[in-house]
Amino acid sequence: MSKQILSGNEAVARGAWEAGVRVAAAYPGTPSTEILENIAEYKDDLYATWANNEAIAAELAFGAAVGGMRSLTAMKHVGMNVAADPIFSGAYAGINGGMMIVSADDPGCHSSQNEQDNRLYAEHAKLIMLEPSDSQECLDFTKAAYELSEKYDMLALLRMTTRVCHSKSVVETGERTAPEIKPYNGDWTKYVVLPVNARRRHILLEQSIAKLREEGYSSPLNRIEMNEGATVGVISSGVSYQHAREAFGDTVSYLKLGITFPICGKLVKEFAAKFGKVVVIEEGEPYLSTRIKAMGVAAEAPDFIQGELNAAHIRAAFGIAEPGEKVDVSGLQDAPARPPVLCAGCPHRGFFYALSKRKGKFVGVGDIGCYTLGVNPPFNGMDICICMGSGFAIPIGLSRALEAQGDTRRVFGFVGDSTFFHSGFNSLVDAVHQKSNVCLVVLDNSITAMTGHQENAHTEKNLQGYQVPAIPIEKMVLATGLAPERLIEADPVDQDAIGRAIDAGIANEGVTVIITRRPCVLLKEEIKARGTKHCEVSAEKCVGCKACMKIACPALAFDEAQKKAYVADTANCTACGLCKQMCKVGAIGEVQ
Amino acid sequence: MSRTTNLLFTGVGGQGTILTTKLLSAALAEAGNDVKMSEIHGMAQRGGTVNTQLKFGDKVYALNIGEGEADYVVAFEKAEALRALPFLKKGGTLVMDEREIYSMPVLLGQQSYPSNWNSEVNAKDYKIIVVPAAKIASELGSTRNANVVLLGAIAKLLGVKINIPEKFGDAAKKAYEAGEGAVN
Repeated sequence: MSKQILSGNEAVARGAWEAGVRVAAAYPGTPSTEILENIAEYKDDLYATWANNEAIAAELAFGAAVGGMRSLTAMKHVGMNVAADPIFSGAYAGINGGMMIVSADDPGCHSSQNEQDNRLYAEHAKLIMLEPSDSQECLDFTKAAYELSEKYDMLALLRMTTRVCHSKSVVETGERTAPEIKPYNGDWTKYVVLPVNARRRHILLEQSIAKLREEGYSSPLNRIEMNEGATVGVISSGVSYQHAREAFGDTVSYLKLGITFPICGKLVKEFAAKFGKVVVIEEGEPYLSTRIKAMGVAAEAPDFIQGELNAAHIRAAFGIAEPGEKVDVSGLQDAPARPPVLCAGCPHRGFFYALSKRKGKFVGVGDIGCYTLGVNPPFNGMDICICMGSGFAIPIGLSRALEAQGDTRRVFGFVGDSTFFHSGFNSLVDAVHQKSNVCLVVLDNSITAMTGHQENAHTEKNLQGYQVPAIPIEKMVLATGLAPERLIEADPVDQDAIGRAIDAGIANEGVTVIITRRPCVLLKEEIKARGTKHCEVSAEKCVGCKACMKIACPALAFDEAQKKAYVADTANCTACGLCKQMCKVGAIGEVQ
Repeated sequence: MSRTTNLLFTGVGGQGTILTTKLLSAALAEAGNDVKMSEIHGMAQRGGTVNTQLKFGDKVYALNIGEGEADYVVAFEKAEALRALPFLKKGGTLVMDEREIYSMPVLLGQQSYPSNWNSEVNAKDYKIIVVPAAKIASELGSTRNANVVLLGAIAKLLGVKINIPEKFGDAAKKAYEAGEGAVN
């Protein structure tokens, strides 16, 4: 036993290791990514790997679990949409070794495209759902999840939120106690979900749920905190409990549910009967309150569907005074906006700048990655971006719609190298097969960049640092039967080369594929290779035309008083040379 | 309700706010406090505003620090200090570096940078302590240690001592001590 300060994600990894997990797989996605990164550190005890997408990760973990090992898969909330198919049917089949799925939801969209509440998945897919509210519970609940998964032959869902994943608090850790690998029995009447088996498995699954519901009555994962003199009973779970505790303090009593599917009705009703007033506090969908009301409990449940919950929202809903008073900020100007931008030297800047010069000739469709920032001015590189995989598939339908109304603009689709393997390749096959008129661009920067540099099928090392074969994107593209002259590889910073590629994509009928090649400037080896190399603007030569400012590089600034451009942040400048190509008077040069 | 001390750290992605908060959290936990800190990151990690929060006391529940709830705001950048000011409570302390990092709307000339806001403000219900952290760190060998200078300053104000890990090097140790000295 020792005490450490761990994030929720680190604590889940630690708990899974302590529980004897032997296989872990995931596709990166904020705020879940660090779970796999941390569990991968236990190299001698388990196999941890990135998978090309969340469905593959879930299937890989399911395979290990059916084979008799305890396994884990982790994903961000929208990743669970991708993995839903194996999860829903895998739940019918059940497991052999325990299996836990982590869903990291993102209320408030800190780094996501929606605020979906994956608690609804647990009931729908029939998964044991545990909701930790701090790092200690992340560790404890993870261990409990494996016990329950094996006891009830069910898949377990550990449902987290950004605030739980990324908050650090003190955790008491333990040692690893790994159960023996269970013998694989190959029982096809269980694991082949033919209708005849599925109907029978469904009955057994419902029986397991009923038994687990009963266990919730005495389980230490559900906790009652009685406070003297309290006339209000608050029911809550996950991080919402912490916010409730912050807002109400000891003035109310609490039922903190750790098992939130199935919900133990007996426990809830007994607790509710002790109070004149029952309040349900929950962030997101009215998941608990709807089910608790259906039990016949007259509960009050304020609506916190949108955004991230905090104690102030609860105080406002119940008329509780704020604990602090703001300082006087009257008369102060607003701080200038600081939107996220493509980094100085980012290869995507070169591509989106070249594309923006062809305004009116294209319609852009994006995907999820750093390149989504190409939507921002001055690039205005895309009109549509909804999910992983959308970059290559939406253009197939959109191009038909535009053609039908005489819009001659070429539809361009963008994916990254990691996104290409996630789901882009499938769509490319369809685009070629269906003879679409689209230009599909793989913005290859040699890494899964936005989530913080994770390896993918295109890298030569894997998550645990071992050498693996890098899968060549260009060969996969040509394997579709696309004519070789329709595949163009170019350095996106080289404006002539990338400009020619884009022009070909606009002019060509049928499918054109462009692969832009240049590594992310934040890769360690790239940083080392460039050392202190950066650009400098000669004040003598600069004529103040601002041509270089058009690329919106965060390292470049313009002195309005002197009417000169200058490199404001030399440590940030990577000497990529894009600004140099903008300058018509040769004022920009490289220095060490 | 138990009383907690609330700190908000703010800066621009890449300035080391998260590392600073981690080191301070560890020291506060070592001193027997219950501690919670956030490290929300993701889309904004490069070039965007980064806020980390730290709460400590006998027992900490929710982490989110609302407006008017921070005992201390530690700002690594001048415009971010201004942005975070509503989080400071009356009687609280703003510790700030005067380093200016221009955001894209400023670089493009669409918005102006508030270079003089703290000299013009009449801070009657709070305290501003300016620590020229980037400047001090640069004089000691590396601008990168600006976060360690601010760490020294806030640790001194909170009355804790942080052992800077050996691997950070001598310049970091000196930066920490300079930070402690800056709030005397």
